[in-house]
Formats: sequence, structure tokens, C-alpha cells
Amino acid sequence: MEAIERMINLPSSSFQAIAPEIILVLGALFILVLDLFLTRERHHYLQYFSLAFIALAGWYTAQLWGDTGFHFYDMIIVDNFRLSIAYTILIAAGMTILMSGPYIKREEVDLGEYYCLTLLATVGMLFMAAAADLIMIFVSLETMSIGVYILAAFQRYRVASNEAGLKYLLIGSFATSFLLYGIALVYAATGHTDLDGISRFLTNNPPAGDKILYAGIAMLVVGFGFKVAAFPFHLWTPDVYEGAPTSITAFMAAGVKVAAFAAFARVFMSALHPVHDQWAPALYWLAILTMSLGNLVAVTQTNIKRLLAYSSIAHAGYLLIGITAGTSEAASAMVFYLAAYTLMTMGVFAVVIYLGHKGEPNLTLYDFAGLGYRYPLLGFAMVVLMMSLAGLPPTAGFMAKFYLFRAAIREDLVWLVVIAVLNSVVSVYYYLGILVRMFMNPPEEEGRALPAYVPVGVTLAVSIAGIILLGIFPTPWIDAAQRSVMVALGMR
Amino acid sequence: MIQYLPILILLLIAVGIAVGQIALSNFLGPKKPTPEKNAPYECGIIPAEDARKGVWVRFYLIGMLFILFDMETVFLYPWAVIYRRLGMFGLMEMAVFLAILLIGYVYAWKKGALTWD
Repeated sequence: MEAIERMINLPSSSFQAIAPEIILVLGALFILVLDLFLTRERHHYLQYFSLAFIALAGWYTAQLWGDTGFHFYDMIIVDNFRLSIAYTILIAAGMTILMSGPYIKREEVDLGEYYCLTLLATVGMLFMAAAADLIMIFVSLETMSIGVYILAAFQRYRVASNEAGLKYLLIGSFATSFLLYGIALVYAATGHTDLDGISRFLTNNPPAGDKILYAGIAMLVVGFGFKVAAFPFHLWTPDVYEGAPTSITAFMAAGVKVAAFAAFARVFMSALHPVHDQWAPALYWLAILTMSLGNLVAVTQTNIKRLLAYSSIAHAGYLLIGITAGTSEAASAMVFYLAAYTLMTMGVFAVVIYLGHKGEPNLTLYDFAGLGYRYPLLGFAMVVLMMSLAGLPPTAGFMAKFYLFRAAIREDLVWLVVIAVLNSVVSVYYYLGILVRMFMNPPEEEGRALPAYVPVGVTLAVSIAGIILLGIFPTPWIDAAQRSVMVALGMR
Repeated sequence: MIQYLPILILLLIAVGIAVGQIALSNFLGPKKPTPEKNAPYECGIIPAEDARKGVWVRFYLIGMLFILFDMETVFLYPWAVIYRRLGMFGLMEMAVFLAILLIGYVYAWKKGALTWD
């Protein structure tokens, strides 16, 4: 009886460790109820409230900054790595909601559940960054995924959207079972599910050819590889990205990937770091194949959403270099890269929303013809976004690649970096190909006036400002990123 | 790994007996089929109609609502057994849990999931 009482009496302070998540859950429930009592004309209030809750969660995340510690029986970790990832996720969610307003009105899926599910999926993402236990990672991955499955199929009357949702659900559940089996095997080999315990066990008992452990690690790679869309677990990506509503595609490309990479990095760079020599070669080849496939296939794409899907696969390949290197410097470079990647992804999908029209007939590269002169501001935005995605200075994409590749060079992964740089050269071809169409081709037909979507414009402006800021003054941000991993991952 | 060998042997024996019995009766038993024997067995009554017919779509909605409130009961019973020992904290946790479920109930109600036809 005594034991139970001690077990249940949690110190109330530990609720502060998950305050941002609690705020977002309350927000999601509030919006769900508010939606029932709002008239059609006041429907846009839901968007404002969602943004307010995200801002509040962001403010609370700032209050936690600098704290460290484990909470809820080592399930939740508070450290700056989690918090900087949480910021990136909240920015992705906020920008998604901001540009969703006019978009879901245009597509006639303006339902309150949209915001509710987006917030709940965001909660799952935040918990993934905060998880210090494999079970917690699994549960939060499911929370995130279920929300995103539904959101992918949100345009109920469009076949492509339904197809995207169903494909994502079926293949995603299959991949999650790999993750779960991997967790079970790692537990069988080490006797721990908490990351700290696994790391301590592996340090004290160096496993000599423990096949169960290695099978478990391989399954974990499959599970995470699916969520970050790494080769050869990427096959769902183009179809799902093309079929899902554009704002949700942005959310998947940025939010889901950031959260999955956060958990991926934490498991492999802290818990499994003692056996780094064993899994590094696998991720080395995975990185090479992922970025090469992403970039080479993207060259042949004409549909803009499919092109961006392959480009996001390529970026996952670059990020895998960071995990392969496995140092704290690489982890901080990944934090910076994920922030930069989120900004440019959000910006590019805001442009896609601008250019699309109702029902989303396939938006192809030909639709970009001549747009650069007709809409100079949009043209400028696309120039910045494409240069950043291709990794050209003076943009965030360049600095992100610079820090990541430098971290890899310091770990003697020279050939990996050479291949990555060659890949970047390939990517320049198709990114700048869009700009060529915008500025050097005549427009195909009499131009349609672009819709005056103020929130989408704001999203685009924020992303451009962020990209230029991170590209020209990267030092404070990379310093913050470095400080954020120093304590956190407990590495060299 | 060797300590798991008995489990493997047990597994093989279990599968062997199950498959063996069906196979043996299949090979050795006499077969004299009649239309009555081939008909699906419905407690000895002559089958009335085909069992494969459409299910009303509302059935799934009710199924989901049932799971929602079934879950509530599943958590309430163990909580009720030791709620004195859980004290104020347990009470508050259960209140939060029920409040979230209540929101789900209000949502289902307002969306018309409980309206018949």
C-alpha cells in the first residue's frame, strides 16, 4: 500500500516538463468543442485560436529553456535538444495552420477537425522529441501518425487524397510494426527500454556479435527510415505527398520529418552510441542511396509536388550523414539543418498553394512558365527558396549543408561528403530548372490573377526572412544549436 | 538460445497434432457427400438466406462509440477498486480522463452520431 502511494504521488512540478504538450491538447479539445457552436461565418476564429495555442506552447517552451532532467519515471526528458526541436516543430505547425486558412476554404474542406487534428499531431511530434524511452517514442509516433493519416485523406471527395491517406495508413502501420519489433529485440538484448539504461548497459557490457541486438537495431532503422522517407523505405512518399492536401504535404515534409529525425538521432546518437561502429556502415550506405535516388529521380519529375517529394527524400539523405557521423557537432548541425529545412519547405509549399486552384489539377512545372516577370515578388521568393534548397550561399540551406558536411569531415567521412556535394550539384539542375521556366520561358496562356491570400503571403514572407537571416547570420543560431546538444545527448 | 529449445519442440508437437488430426481424418474418413451435408451448419435449421450481405454503415459508428465508452469502463473498474489509496491525485486524474471522454461524447452528440435514422 505504501509503495502505491509513493508511486502515484508525482511531484506537481514535473507537469511543467510537458506544459507545451498539455497546452496543445487543451487547445485541440477546445477547438473541437468550439467548432460545434460556431456559425459558418465565424469559422475562421478556429484558425486564430489554433495559432494562439501554438504561440502559447512556444512561450512555455521558452520558459523551459536551459532546464535539464528526466520526468515521469524517465519517460520524458527536458533538455535543449528537445526544446530546439520543439521550436522547429511549432514553427512548422504554426506556418501550416497559417497557410491552411484560405487553402481549405478553397478546397471546401473547411472543418474544425482539421485544426484539431493538426494540433494533436503536433503534440505527438513534440512528445517524440521529448521521449527518453523507446515505448514513449512508439506511443508518440502513433499519436503523430494517426493524426497525419486522417489529414492526408482530408479532401474526402478527391480520389487522390483518399488514396494518399489509405496508402500512408497501410504502409505506415506496417513500418510501425517493424519499429515495435525492433524495440522488443533491443529490450531483449539489453533489458532496458529507457535510452539512458540502454546506453549504460551497452557501455558496461560491450556486445560481441549479439545478433538479437543487431537485428533490433536493423528494425529500428526500418521503422525510422520509413518516417523520414529514406531509401528503400521511401516508396510511399511521392504518391502520398502528391495526393494529400498541399498544406498537409508541407506539414508532413517538415513536421513529421523533423520529429522522426529527432527521435532517430536521440536513439542512435545517445542510446546506441556505444555500438556506433556496428550501425554506422549501414547508415553510411543508406545516406548515399537515399540522397542519390532522391536527386536523380527528382530530375525527371514534372509534377511539382512529386518533385518536392523526391527533394525531401534527398534532404533526408543529407541528414542521415549527421547520424552516421554520430558526434555532438553533427547533432547540432542536424538541429540547424532541420530548422532551415522547415523554413524552406514551408515557403515552397506556400508558393504551391498560391499557384494551385480548386480541385488541384496536377500542378506541373509548365505552370511556372513566365511567372517570374508577371509577379516579381513571387519570383524573388522562388529564387531565394530554390537557392536555399539547392544549398547555394547566402541562404540557410548553404549554411546548414556547410555545418553538416564539416561535422562529417571531422569524422573522416570524406567520401560520403564528396558524394553529398556531387548530389547537391545534381539538385541544382532541377531546382534552378524551375527558375529557368519562371524567368526565361514565355507564359503559356493568358495569365490568371493570383489569389490575394494574405496568410499564405505572410507564411512565405516569414520563411524568406528566416532563410536569409539563418543564411547571413548563422552564428548565434548554430551556437544555440551546439549548446542545445552539449548536455543533452551525453556524448563526447 | 539453447534454453528456448523446449519451446520450439513444444511448438512443433502442437502444430503436428493439429495438422495431423485434420490430415488423418481427411485421408482415412469415408466421404459420402449429400446436398444437406454440404450446406452451412446453422444449428441444424435449414439456412434461410445468404450470410454475406451489406451491413448498415451506422453499425461501424455505433461500434466506434461503443469502444469509446467501453474503454471508460475498463479504466473505471480498477480505479474504483483502489481509489481510496490513490487519494486526491487519482481522483483528479480520473476527472481529467472523464472530462476528455465527455468532450468526445458532446462531439458525437452534436455531430448527430446519436440521432437514429
